[in-house]
Amino acid sequence: MERVSEQAHGTGTRKTFVYVWIWLLVLTGLETFLAYEQLAVKIMLSLLMGLSVIKASLILSYFMHLRYEKRSLTLTLLPGLIFIIVLLLAFFPDSLRLYSMRPH
Amino acid sequence: MASQEAIGANLNKGHIQESAWGGGVSPFAVGSKKLGMWLFIVSDAITFSTLLVCYTYVRVASEAWPWPFALWPSIANASLMTVVLLSSSLTMVLGVRASSAGDRWQAARWILATMIGGIGFILLHAHEWAGLIREGVRLFYNPWGVPLFGGAFFLLTGLHMTHVAAGVLYLGVIATGTVRGKFTPEDVEVSGLYWHFVDLVWMFIFPLVYLLSARIG
Repeated sequence: MERVSEQAHGTGTRKTFVYVWIWLLVLTGLETFLAYEQLAVKIMLSLLMGLSVIKASLILSYFMHLRYEKRSLTLTLLPGLIFIIVLLLAFFPDSLRLYSMRPH
Repeated sequence: MASQEAIGANLNKGHIQESAWGGGVSPFAVGSKKLGMWLFIVSDAITFSTLLVCYTYVRVASEAWPWPFALWPSIANASLMTVVLLSSSLTMVLGVRASSAGDRWQAARWILATMIGGIGFILLHAHEWAGLIREGVRLFYNPWGVPLFGGAFFLLTGLHMTHVAAGVLYLGVIATGTVRGKFTPEDVEVSGLYWHFVDLVWMFIFPLVYLLSARIG
């Protein structure tokens, strides 16, 4: 087991990790910049979440080594989680309906 | 009876341990500790996802949601916290790398750097909390608008901060054990998974809680 585990994740150079870190900082800066643009809440939410998903993917793939693991691990862990989050989002459009129903 | 005899014979030869149903194979090619941590991470991700979706629902549906976070000091402070946490993830991954290479002392030094990052994050966060409490934010009251803001903010960031504090203690145990030769590189990697997950969750809390409530102008 130990031998298999070491074979599976013994990759990723220091340079790669530093590049990923720099990209994460750049994307954080971009998010902070976007927060001060006058955008509708729907568009702002979509942009910020899009960037956050990219950042999360970088962390999962490189820092958490998922890119270097056997694909069966990723396919076991992530689809279920994504499915649950999609189910949670099923009622989310209702928040926009509530907002538009308010007397202005 | 015949099949039991066959199983007994296979056990003697070690065949059962090699079969899929005997648990002798590793379909994910990872150790049980690492798989256990991944399963914990998935369950914790569901907890945070639920809280964040509920929070965002209320945030988007409320017209009078407070906008308390000015660029200085709140957004600057939260951005610095993000940089500190991301940097601590870099030091952690370098610690895991050093540990895999068999350099126990170097691994412990990187883990110590990660712990310092975690403590820095907690101190910056405590400063942020103290500022909001001074301004009158409570769990079910705040001077600006929707009363639920305080509850949502303190619950989300508090749960995350608890994870960071637990992570610092966990890394302290791992660093000490690594120097003593008590823990394997897999143990260090498993603790790294936890730390990176805490970092990953903040990547969603920062934009949703802080940036969506940034005070413009």
